[in-house]
Amino acid sequence: MIRCVHSAAALLMAAVLWSMAMLALAPAPALAVVEVDITKGRVDPLPIALPNFLGESPGEQQSGIDITGVIGSNLQRSGLFRPLPQDSYIENITDFGRVPRFGDWRTIQAQGLVTGRVIMQADGRLRAEFRLWDIFAEKQILGLQFVSRPKNWRRIGHLISDAIYKAVTGEEGYFDTRIVFIEEEGPKDQRSKRLAIMDQDGFNVRRLTNGQDLVLTPRFSPTSQEITYMSYAGGKPRVYLYNIETGLREIVGVFPNMSFAPRFSPDGQQVVMSLQKGGNSDIYALDLRSRTTRQLTNTPSINTAPSYSPDGRQIVFESDRDGTQQVYVMNADGSGQQRISFGQGRYSTPVWSPRGDHIAFTKSGGGRFSIGVMRPDGSGERILTEGYHNEGPTWAPNGRVIMFFRESPGASGGPQLYSVDLTGYNERKVPTPGFASDPAWSPLLK
Amino acid sequence: MLRPIAILKISAICLGVVFVAGCSKKDKPELAVQGEQAAIPGSERDFIVNVGDRIQFLVDQSTLTAQAQDTLRRQAAWMKQYGQVSVQVEGHADERGTREYNIALSARRATATRQYLIAQGIDPARISKIAYGKERPVALCDAESCWSQNRRAVTIVTGGAVSG
Repeated sequence: MIRCVHSAAALLMAAVLWSMAMLALAPAPALAVVEVDITKGRVDPLPIALPNFLGESPGEQQSGIDITGVIGSNLQRSGLFRPLPQDSYIENITDFGRVPRFGDWRTIQAQGLVTGRVIMQADGRLRAEFRLWDIFAEKQILGLQFVSRPKNWRRIGHLISDAIYKAVTGEEGYFDTRIVFIEEEGPKDQRSKRLAIMDQDGFNVRRLTNGQDLVLTPRFSPTSQEITYMSYAGGKPRVYLYNIETGLREIVGVFPNMSFAPRFSPDGQQVVMSLQKGGNSDIYALDLRSRTTRQLTNTPSINTAPSYSPDGRQIVFESDRDGTQQVYVMNADGSGQQRISFGQGRYSTPVWSPRGDHIAFTKSGGGRFSIGVMRPDGSGERILTEGYHNEGPTWAPNGRVIMFFRESPGASGGPQLYSVDLTGYNERKVPTPGFASDPAWSPLLK
Repeated sequence: MLRPIAILKISAICLGVVFVAGCSKKDKPELAVQGEQAAIPGSERDFIVNVGDRIQFLVDQSTLTAQAQDTLRRQAAWMKQYGQVSVQVEGHADERGTREYNIALSARRATATRQYLIAQGIDPARISKIAYGKERPVALCDAESCWSQNRRAVTIVTGGAVSG
């Protein structure tokens, strides 16, 4: 598929710094300018120049423009970069092999510069090479190339975006990822729902189910190749697995009653979910190899929305065992169940951050629905967005961005996807063809 | 003096919405033809019009109100009279909750409803149930007058009714 090649030898530059270790060691104070500390609240986005990647043939030139567009849009949406308008550039980059005129880029206030070129190889694959320059330190801080089939040009743009993001912020990127979600259509009282998948930037939408059966709460496996979700197929609400590559679908365990709210374990070997029995719902883990189930909660109440910690040792979930919906943490074997939410209102749909340091949740009260985060011990609660109805957070794989859905009121209203930084800043609508709900962010693609 | 009239108007609008929504294939009350002619005894329409196919719940509750129990006793009596009828109880929640919890809550409502019918002497084999969460609202305004109609359990006749 896509290969990332360390290109020190291939590229003309003498020193190609590409590892984060080397970047961290670089002592030049000017280099600090091209670092963004994303742990702070609001950050000033880094002004970055992004001239179109060069190409010899018209086809290569077009691919260069297209890939540059993907990168620019990713960096812009991250809120951490400010791509400078191309018509402000003084130097016209015409030779990928030459050192840029740093003074020209300083004049337009650029702190970073990305140059690149696209080559259609003899084997029919597309190669994109790029360099990231520190304008103040006057040196290259990253040089990489990616090779793939031409139809994967958007992924090349995402991979380059991730490399730039990582070089500047020190954190893994999240651009080469997908979102699985529920596409909704029709009036509120006759809504049809389909399983759909798209790139994180809203492109390449693919519908996976035809809208005939009600489908809800899709979640990615750690490999991003499988989805677990709930479907009302055949009038029996149950948890399913869906293989994105093959399109094959299977029921996860046959239980006497409804199964719902599924989620994979970090190793992909377990699906944790709720099984309903009478008026109660309890959480069970199903081992996908042995197909054995283990009951993890056992209270006369609703226990649902389980989500593993990234190390697989704990599970966060919601329960109304104390009267109203609250968030609880337990060990993966069901022991040590402990309530962690104690604020005003109800807490639900907890999701453990891939970094392990936060739990995102929906909080409701007073007719308002918010998205917030807290530490796994329940401390440090922060509300990131608040309104008529916000629900269902999901984490970007780097644990820095949260996506959720927002319902608009009114008979003709419907849900839309939004993203917001962990800091609460940079809230943005995520483009979808129509109404969309229940987003789930994939891990970085392999 | 004007206030009660205004409230009446709002509920009239909401009822209008229910009317339209009632024609969707799931809940099938066919209220639009009500009053045109008497329902045939033992028919699905007889059940909907003369017995009452649905009960409502308080916020977050699955407790059966006195009114709900009245309706369910009528439903049980009708099911005893037409012993070949089978039903499915659909549990629903309003849209002012989160998805997973609402699925579980509506299951709780469907269970409470089914248990009551069984306690009235109806064979459990005649009553299936399903939980729809907040996925099938019938009233669409953003107010309690609609949400209360969506917090419901609807008994759907699935077989054995007199046709008509």
